Amino acid sequence: MIRAGAEILLEVKGLRAKVAGVEILKGIDLTVRAGEVHAVMGPNGSGKSTFAKALAGHPAYEVSGGTAAYAGSDLFALAPEQRARAGLFLGFQYPVEIPGVSNSAFLRLAYNTVQAVRGKDELDPLEFDDYLREKMKLLDIDASFLDRAVNDGFSGGEKKRNEILQMALLEPRLAILDETDSGLDIDALRVVANGVNRLVKPDNAVVLVTHYQRMLNYIVPDYVHVMDGGRIVKTGGKALAEELEARGYDWVKEAA
Amino acid sequence: MNTATGHPYIEALLKGYEAPRGSISWLNERRAHALERANALTVPTTRDEEWRFTDISPLTRVPFRPAAGAARPAMADVARFVAPEATTRLTFVDGAFAPELSATAGLPYGVVVSPLVAALDMHAAVIKPHLARHAAFEHEVFAALNTAHLRDGAFIWVARNQKCPTPIQLLYLSTQKENAAYPRCLAIVEAGAECTLVEDFTSLGENIYLNDAVTEIVVGEGARMRHVRVQREAGDAFHIGHCTVAVAKDAHYASHAVALGARISRLDLNVLQQGEGADVQMDGLALISGRQLADTHSLMDHARPHGRCRQMHKCIVGGAAHAVFNGKIMVRPGSQLTDSSQQSRNLLLSDKAHVDTKPQLEIFADDVKCAHGAAVGRLDLEQLFYLRSRGLPEPQARNLLTYAFAAEVLERIPVPSLVEQLEKTVLAQTQMADRP
Repeated sequence: MIRAGAEILLEVKGLRAKVAGVEILKGIDLTVRAGEVHAVMGPNGSGKSTFAKALAGHPAYEVSGGTAAYAGSDLFALAPEQRARAGLFLGFQYPVEIPGVSNSAFLRLAYNTVQAVRGKDELDPLEFDDYLREKMKLLDIDASFLDRAVNDGFSGGEKKRNEILQMALLEPRLAILDETDSGLDIDALRVVANGVNRLVKPDNAVVLVTHYQRMLNYIVPDYVHVMDGGRIVKTGGKALAEELEARGYDWVKEAA
Repeated sequence: MNTATGHPYIEALLKGYEAPRGSISWLNERRAHALERANALTVPTTRDEEWRFTDISPLTRVPFRPAAGAARPAMADVARFVAPEATTRLTFVDGAFAPELSATAGLPYGVVVSPLVAALDMHAAVIKPHLARHAAFEHEVFAALNTAHLRDGAFIWVARNQKCPTPIQLLYLSTQKENAAYPRCLAIVEAGAECTLVEDFTSLGENIYLNDAVTEIVVGEGARMRHVRVQREAGDAFHIGHCTVAVAKDAHYASHAVALGARISRLDLNVLQQGEGADVQMDGLALISGRQLADTHSLMDHARPHGRCRQMHKCIVGGAAHAVFNGKIMVRPGSQLTDSSQQSRNLLLSDKAHVDTKPQLEIFADDVKCAHGAAVGRLDLEQLFYLRSRGLPEPQARNLLTYAFAAEVLERIPVPSLVEQLEKTVLAQTQMADRP
């Protein structure tokens, strides 16, 4: 929902970033206000995932120029965990498997860490269990998730649901979802989209990074940005996504 | 007593040696033979293949003395080491049996847990075929020294088809500096019987001492034996352990060996599959830091067909510590349909930490399944970032991952209170080891 004068949650100016010494992002400008849903689209290799990871603070992604303000403070001055505690959430394209750490313990740890920062009470394991099961029901997630190790042996769809579950628990102010739709069947896609739609409120925002338009059938974006060659080359409304679906990315590249 | 020897250190260790008094001639003979071997052998150096990565020369610079008559600790001092599940417990202080710190009441019929000396008369027929018969000392100076000193020790006997309902704990406590102790254990689990044994090597106070331990275990046909071995010696201590296990037909033996303490520690774990269809599990965890060295040499000897073994050895190494693992799997001729696998997983927490891992497979049968793998690495950066991206501070994320690495081995230990204790120790130690 676009509201003039809504709080600016994220303001990226001229962002450049390198991976292994190679510059991938070559000057990105993006402003996200509270209440908005943005879709960042683009062909493979355009820099979408790099953009998402640089914002979350992945140590392999070196910011080499530009600025990013998150809710008024310098995002790049914060460690990844500080960004998370300040309400930034990255939904991973490839969620990481962590054998030996139980998913329920991990979820509680993450939840309580963020709760503590917000000045709210931490939940003990029993209280948390109730809260968690309620969230899981909403997302149509099987209870067996809790007894397993974090993402260990999860199918692609299960991993993505686990990401959305974390998002639902942590209630971020700004969620960046990196290709959360990829590898999902239509049922899982619907569940994930519902989870995202439930999150969107007037005081927070979502950036969907996606290659395909199909997720946007379920989550209506306020803005669609097309990335190519490490830059945003075109910005429009939902109609732009449909046009991309019909015509591919080449015409945007040419026009740019 | 003639103690002429080729090696001054062994000479010093044997100085003042008094043959344990006893009238049991077969035992006296075995001791005398062991003494002869100890005198003939020398302290291994890194030129010995079996000690290639483990320099034990610091051990030879410590003047060990025979145990002096120091004050015995009180029950209150040892309470924290007691596993509540283990209603039966033998405690040895600096190598000597301490009845006042032990508990042997209420054992079911057919289960004997007793100091070895006391059992020698009554159960000679059971003991004689096994004591000092499994742990070879011909070429092992430390096993020979232990056998020469054989006096106090633990004897566990679970008779045919009997089940020991609770774990049996052997607590080997060191309290004196520059003491050399020779803990000894013989456990016989007869056909169809079941038992869980916990051997716990620990200390009161931070002293330099030597524990030279030998354990012999016999698992009878169809029997089940679970063996937990916790080495949490004082930080400056030396620990050299031998454990030899004979596993009969269709028997199950599981070893859970955890090494946390000692300046230098070594464990030789030799499992001999004597009957068809035996099933063995060997879990190992070494968690060391500072200047510690922990060496595990294991041998799985498939001497009969249809054997199965699953081995998982893990090392977590911080500071300038050094872990050594040598895992040998032997499949003898004719041991067809052996199914044996070995995994060595190593986590380095610092730049100066060091691991030598060496799988050694010797296969002389053609229809077998043997697998091994070894990996040495740091904490996974993607896992670290994933945890941090969910708000966990970096140190906490590191600890959680280190802990998770150890958890696989710890969680399989069949004594919950010990798992809890060890988990706490691991958490505390990883936090220390993690410092740059």
